[in-house]
Amino acid sequence: MTASVHPRQDASAQYLLRLADTCLILGQRLSEWCGHAPIIEEDIALSNTALDLIGQARALLTHAGRSEAGSPLLDEDQLAFLREEREYRNVTLVELPRGDFAFTVLRNVMVASFLKLLWQRLASSSDAELAAIAGKAVKEARYHQQHAGDWVLRLAGGTDESRRRTEAGLAQLWRYTAELFEADAIDDAAAASGLGPRWSELREPWLAEMNQLLAEAQLSAPQDSAFRSTGKRGVHSEHLGHMLTEMQYLQRAFPGGVW
Amino acid sequence: MSNTEASTEWPLWEVFVRSKAGLDHKHCGSLHAADAKLAIQLARDVYARRQEGISIWVVPSNQIVASDPVDKSNYFDPMEDKVYRHPTFYALPDALNHM
Repeated sequence: MTASVHPRQDASAQYLLRLADTCLILGQRLSEWCGHAPIIEEDIALSNTALDLIGQARALLTHAGRSEAGSPLLDEDQLAFLREEREYRNVTLVELPRGDFAFTVLRNVMVASFLKLLWQRLASSSDAELAAIAGKAVKEARYHQQHAGDWVLRLAGGTDESRRRTEAGLAQLWRYTAELFEADAIDDAAAASGLGPRWSELREPWLAEMNQLLAEAQLSAPQDSAFRSTGKRGVHSEHLGHMLTEMQYLQRAFPGGVW
Repeated sequence: MSNTEASTEWPLWEVFVRSKAGLDHKHCGSLHAADAKLAIQLARDVYARRQEGISIWVVPSNQIVASDPVDKSNYFDPMEDKVYRHPTFYALPDALNHM
């Protein structure tokens, strides 16, 4: 077995890891649809989205794996496959099991809308490499948002069954979105250094986009609750551990294995 | 679309992709999609995910009128011995040599 690695704990590395892991874990969840989507065309579309997210995660993990002076400490594979559960910094929203197709497209539009707003802001980051990653990723996020949003409209306005599933997915997912906008010291440090915005600053524009979509779909956002998930701080739901056993199996069993 | 089939299949669309500016859209395949908007998005994901194109057309397959294969012998075979229809009998000036 390969020993676990530990990433940098400073605020700027943690800020990068939150974004990287959110992309990585959602990409992994979406890849579970490969071979299972309702039609083959959508199977390819979901896999494309998964690969876009994993591509973004790769760039961010490579970046987060360097020292502040820029020398390599850990590579993307070590960070993706050899950390322990508590050192993953993704929001809990993206680690929830993939659910049905309505659940998947709803989560995709929620995350894509958020990531699009975040990438737009990061395009002017004081960190040139992060700004370059963001400039490329924002185009991908815009498409993911459009494609998933169109599906939400179709399912909400489709059959009784598709509407029922859409409403159920929305009820399950909504309370996990609050975590995206929870403020803390890592966000404050990023805002102060010009690395990136506080995620809480994206709450208003994100809500505006979601409310517009939900209104068009004749759905309404569930009431806010006091529940707060805590994946960004490394305290995850029971689902992440199971995912990681599958994700990490090969690298743990065959250290450094490549294909 | 005026598809009257009592089928659970989504309508079929033909996909045409323009590989770069100045070239024609070329037929590259077909796919099933619920409506035109989804057809364009799925065409993007199925047929243009490896940088194949910069523009996509989709056309409902049932809107295409095709020649009947039965007519092949009287439609196309008579052209076989009409070489004079090719513009190869003109002497071109040197300046146009590369036409």
